[in-house]
Amino acid sequence: MSSEENELFHHAVRLGDDALILAQRLSEWCGHAPMLEVDLALANIALDLFGQATYLLGVAGEIEGNGRDADALAFHRDVLDFRNCLLVEQPNGDFAQTIARQFLFSNWQDLLMREIAAAPDRRLAAIAAKAVKEISYHARYASEWVVRLGDGTEESRARMIAGLDWMWRFVDELFDPREGTPSLRGEWDRRIAATLAEAKLEYPKPRRAVLGGRAGHHSEHLGHLLTEMQFLPRAYPGAVW
Amino acid sequence: MNKEWPLWEVFVRAKNGLSHKHAGSVHAADARMALEAARDTYTRRMEGVSLWVVPSAAITASDPGEAEALFAPAQDKVYRHPTFYTIPDNVKNI
Repeated sequence: MSSEENELFHHAVRLGDDALILAQRLSEWCGHAPMLEVDLALANIALDLFGQATYLLGVAGEIEGNGRDADALAFHRDVLDFRNCLLVEQPNGDFAQTIARQFLFSNWQDLLMREIAAAPDRRLAAIAAKAVKEISYHARYASEWVVRLGDGTEESRARMIAGLDWMWRFVDELFDPREGTPSLRGEWDRRIAATLAEAKLEYPKPRRAVLGGRAGHHSEHLGHLLTEMQFLPRAYPGAVW
Repeated sequence: MNKEWPLWEVFVRAKNGLSHKHAGSVHAADARMALEAARDTYTRRMEGVSLWVVPSAAITASDPGEAEALFAPAQDKVYRHPTFYTIPDNVKNI
């Protein structure tokens, strides 16, 4: 790979891993969500993200040119080789914590994919153009729940605040100057602040940022997630439905 | 206090030119949430291009006990069916 291809490969892996890991997290809700309707909604979002991950990791494998496809990248890498941001691997917690994660991530992913849809690489641009339609719904869904929970009952408000508090440490990684997207911070901040104001919630105070996901330094949560996700294809190589 | 969210009836328009058809129902706290739940529940497989949601409580239903009086008199009036002329092939959706 040329250094340019190498750069593009890592870019696609980061994007693919974000979608894959969050999809796996969301699918843990399947059969456990507070309402049937919410169960379906979270599973739908997970399926959208699995679709994005399949395309993105597929392109990464093509760029790499070593015969690894999306499945090989998803199921046969170990935890240190994953390049997702720390935000997406955070545990679901309660429904408010899950919504907090989705709210922060989808609003960022929406801005990012809009940018990629207009970027020079045609393969990634095509994936991003399709993904933007899905993601803008995810962002809208999560934002509306932030408002409902934040401006709801005393308990829902306390849970929403706790959920945002858990996730806020992992926000700076998204905008890290090295492997993040610092140019998106302004617009992201405006969106987040507008929804929080509508939800009658305070904009969280700056926290000491936790970084490292993009370099493969993950929290203990990711290993557990991968154990579950990768068990079947590793125990039964080549298994099909 | 009733902790269940209210029920909404969902109507889906399969494509432009057709009318909205009843698809089922969802629970939701308000109309906007009902639309999203309806989208996630009933249009996942490209079933529609438009959605209506209506509070189930707003629907007045006919009384099954009155079914005979309401519907039986139509049984022997076949002349009300527009079956006495042929529909041109290029007229769709009738």
